[in-house]
Amino acid sequence: MTSVLTPARAPAAPARRRPPDGARGRRTLLWIATHSIAIALALMFAAPLVFMFLTAVMSDEQTLSGDLWPTDWRWGNFAEVMTGDMARWLGNSLLYAGLGTVFMLVSSVPAAYALARFRFRGRKPAFVLVITMMMLPPQITVVPLYIVWARLELTGTLWPLILPLLFGDAFSIFLLRQFLVTIPKDYADAARVDGCGEFATMVRVVLPMARPAIAAVALFQFFYCWNDYYGPLVYAKPEAWPLAVGIATFRAAHNVEWNLTMAATLLTVLPVIVVFFLAQRVFIQGITLTGVKG
Amino acid sequence: MAAVTASTAPAGRAPRLTARSRRRLSVLAFLAPWLVGFAMFFAYPLVATVYFSFTRYDLFTLEYTGLTNYRFLLGDEDAWRAMGNTLWLVAVMVPLRVLFGLGAAQLLVHVKRGGSLLRSVFYLPYLVPPVAATVAFVFVFNPGTGPLHTLTEAVGLPWPDWFNDPSWSKPGLTLLGLWAVGDVMVILLAALLDVPRPLYEAAEIDGAGPWQRFRHITLPTVAPVLAFAAVTGVIQTLQYFTQAMVAGKVAAGQSDQPGTQTAPGYPDGSTLTFPQWLYDEGFRQFNMGYACVLALVLFAVAMLFTMVLLRQFHAFADGEA
Repeated sequence: MTSVLTPARAPAAPARRRPPDGARGRRTLLWIATHSIAIALALMFAAPLVFMFLTAVMSDEQTLSGDLWPTDWRWGNFAEVMTGDMARWLGNSLLYAGLGTVFMLVSSVPAAYALARFRFRGRKPAFVLVITMMMLPPQITVVPLYIVWARLELTGTLWPLILPLLFGDAFSIFLLRQFLVTIPKDYADAARVDGCGEFATMVRVVLPMARPAIAAVALFQFFYCWNDYYGPLVYAKPEAWPLAVGIATFRAAHNVEWNLTMAATLLTVLPVIVVFFLAQRVFIQGITLTGVKG
Repeated sequence: MAAVTASTAPAGRAPRLTARSRRRLSVLAFLAPWLVGFAMFFAYPLVATVYFSFTRYDLFTLEYTGLTNYRFLLGDEDAWRAMGNTLWLVAVMVPLRVLFGLGAAQLLVHVKRGGSLLRSVFYLPYLVPPVAATVAFVFVFNPGTGPLHTLTEAVGLPWPDWFNDPSWSKPGLTLLGLWAVGDVMVILLAALLDVPRPLYEAAEIDGAGPWQRFRHITLPTVAPVLAFAAVTGVIQTLQYFTQAMVAGKVAAGQSDQPGTQTAPGYPDGSTLTFPQWLYDEGFRQFNMGYACVLALVLFAVAMLFTMVLLRQFHAFADGEA
């Protein structure tokens, strides 16, 4: 588990024995080959984002020319797309992602704690259920849920997507549980001997140690909501649309103005990129935690 | 619901209870929100899906129709086409993503200087919101105005009509999937870094070349992780919706034929995936009963692969105390 939590470390360790000369020549060739492929791949991964940015600052006639480089840099494009619609979509996205993340944490942390720490009958079936709920497509249950939310007159809003997060999110429970089982039981036992109740033990002793995992699930949840297209498409009216749904309709509404479309799209991507570079370790650790490791 | 309120009261409140039943109560209190959620948002709708599949329901009138919906599915050409498209993506995109992810991870293991910057660049596309990524791809790949075409034209490469051509739209979506390979890559990178170094050193002394070392040491060690990535990839691809839907919508907007936007799966139904057809039937035509039949088909296939995955998890769920 420790190696998973420090994935960045290069497995360098220089070869202890000097290889024969022929092998060294071959090794140099291999070095050149891997590095040139790596650089080529990096350029391919970066290219769509770079093109997006360059197009976003072009004039709208130039976007239709197939030019690669903007002739006059129109930074005003970004201001131009921040109109009423975009601002409202942004507000809706922040509401969905922000409130959703808080709700998810409140409900999922205790459940994950129970699955990781308590031994009780039905613990294993409960864990199997968590994995099943995590894996099965949301489309399977969407029709009856829509009917329920329609009866409650909440369709048209984002609440059918936010409120369920008050009742635990399977992916987050799974990921937190995977982390919590790695914390030695001794800490919690010591706290209990000192007279701490279960809840106090969790909040004061175990959770501070689980901070990286909690940060990871919070970020994942935030970006899941931020990126979610299917849920809002099913439930939300145009007034309640978040950015993801809004920018998908942006092109049709703006008559082939690719520069403005790219500017709006880039504004949706930007927060994700910024947070990623600020909290890179958290992301990578979190993803690794979802792997098969026990 | 009563259990939820119990969670706010400290477990020590009832001194008469034995330690054991007190523990049981606190377990219940910790799990209460999730248990309620399981019942309300998973168990109930699953049962209700089966029930509604035998009815015709448009949110206003409910009519019991027996097996009519199931019989309709057999003759529903759009449903079969959607299933074909989804299976195409499962058969092509999932293996390619796993292979590409393994290749990229293997590359990162060998690059020492600037390795962490490279890892970030490889991983970042996975975090780009799928809608944004799809809009960008449709633009960048567009033969008329897209910058990529300008580049390939300079080299003299042929350039298809990607998201406007029924035979190139799914390959286009596959490229989009390969671009966002970060999730697979990071899991495989962790697995590759876990392969014990001495094994490689011993093999090298014994004269094993890079390919032999990869074939006989790396591959067997990371095989379980590859299987995990493949199975989760299949389950994710069964729900593939956003990219296909957005690609069709955005690309249809730019072809000047009126009316193309109304039918899903532009161009020519080639990007119509199974969840999209379910969405169309359920929330645009409001054939709720029939949409439930489609949901059950999806459930059957997804459950099959989930069970494969659960068997993988079973090993450690048993082993860990």
